[in-house]
Amino acid sequence: MLEMQAVTKAFGDNMVLDHVSLEVARGEMVCLIGASGSGKSTLLRCLNLLEPIDDGAILLDGRDISEPGLDPDPVRRRIGMVFQSYNLFPHMTAEENVMLAPRRVHGRTRADLRPEVATLFARFGLGDRMQHYPDQLSGGQQQRVAIVRALAMRPELMLFDEITSALDPELVGEVLDVLRQLRGEGMTMVLATHEMKFAADLADKICFLDAGQIAEQGPPSQIFEAPRKARTRAFLSRVL
Amino acid sequence: MQQETKGAAPGAAPAGRTRREAYEARARRRSTLVAAASTALVVLAIVTLVPLAPGWEAVNRSFFNGEVFAQTFPTLVRAFLWDLAIFAWSVPLITVIALAVALARDARSPALFPLKLFGILYTDIFRGIPVILVVYLIGFGIPGLGLPRPWNSPYIWGTVALVLTYSAYVAEIFRSGIESVHDSQRAAAASLGLSRADAMRFVVLPQAVRRVVPANMNMLIALQKDVALLSFIGPVEVLRQAGVFKSLLANFTPYVGAALIFLAVTIPATRYADYLMARQRRERS
Repeated sequence: MLEMQAVTKAFGDNMVLDHVSLEVARGEMVCLIGASGSGKSTLLRCLNLLEPIDDGAILLDGRDISEPGLDPDPVRRRIGMVFQSYNLFPHMTAEENVMLAPRRVHGRTRADLRPEVATLFARFGLGDRMQHYPDQLSGGQQQRVAIVRALAMRPELMLFDEITSALDPELVGEVLDVLRQLRGEGMTMVLATHEMKFAADLADKICFLDAGQIAEQGPPSQIFEAPRKARTRAFLSRVL
Repeated sequence: MQQETKGAAPGAAPAGRTRREAYEARARRRSTLVAAASTALVVLAIVTLVPLAPGWEAVNRSFFNGEVFAQTFPTLVRAFLWDLAIFAWSVPLITVIALAVALARDARSPALFPLKLFGILYTDIFRGIPVILVVYLIGFGIPGLGLPRPWNSPYIWGTVALVLTYSAYVAEIFRSGIESVHDSQRAAAASLGLSRADAMRFVVLPQAVRRVVPANMNMLIALQKDVALLSFIGPVEVLRQAGVFKSLLANFTPYVGAALIFLAVTIPATRYADYLMARQRRERS
């Protein structure tokens, strides 16, 4: 479904992505692991065209979406993204946050959207939080609203950028449960995460990034139990 | 004094108060007393010393004449209605123009570059000229073109001068508000597939406008006072009216009356702006 071919991205002299090649099949869950600054976030932002890439190509269903000058909006409608800092719109209720994009992009009305939005909120345990403003919600609730907001656009692919890193430890579980639920429903997902156990349990593929390169990728059993590269072993021995 | 047990302290607190509350109440009483005493002293000094000045009798007669005040004040208040009217129709115009200029300066498309350039020139020019000069240039210059009535009215061109100047300032305030909205908000909007225009309209602008309400309140207060500058080009608003009375009665008391009228409006408005700003600080912390 998604393919990165030798993608390169630099901020000034700092090479953030160095010939990164990665394939994501439909229904697959891919976890990006690696130290802070290894390029995980940048990789996700490039996939969503929030950052233009310098070289290489990104193909979505075989079509090059990284072509300079291409209108990014239609691509972004197919790809949902959730951020570490939630990025909810603080001046809107949770429900308005979720409805804004379907209304503006798909031209749908509030009345038309209300039933399915209510279903989405209920599905993620937020049924009684629709009329709350973001600052009236806990971090875990805000992050779940952000996930609902992305899902309301019916994306084919979801990107999650360290979505539990800003949460208090006791709130991490409720957000990971949402991911488990999505995984069960067959959503295609790419995650940057520090939750190694979660990644080991659920991912189809783990990519270990180091200094902008994919140092090693493979099924969790390979990466976590029999890593082939010395730097993968070094990283895992620090975090596990 | 290190014991923290409730009620067990020496010099125990009155019932229903913690030791800290009792201490704070004492401290408050003490500072109120000191403030009252020092204020009384200063007022006493002014009241006794100022009348000793050689010119005090003359000043008192020409600035604080009760008779003149009573005679002129009602007319001054009526003239002030003009100030309010000019203010009232300037504000919506300023809001619309300032917002348009702020957005023009934010334009990214190359086709809109002339608009952006215009925005930059506009704010540079009108923020760089003293208001009174703009009032003179436009207020005398344009009616000088010999336009037919009512298009030669100083009320119209005076208003235009104020609107042009204040729009430049308010545009900059709006722009700073737009820039203060974190990029992650734009990223979130973009990731949902919202166009740049929609992201601006529904995500960035509503937050930006709310953030600059206190700053804009301060501009409104300044505008309210600057309406008096139009007195130099003709409209008989409160300052002009006071000037007429001054010449008529050879007494400056009407100016004091005009000042009091302005204060009656600007002091509550300033307090309200302070309140808004304090509330915003609380919300952010």
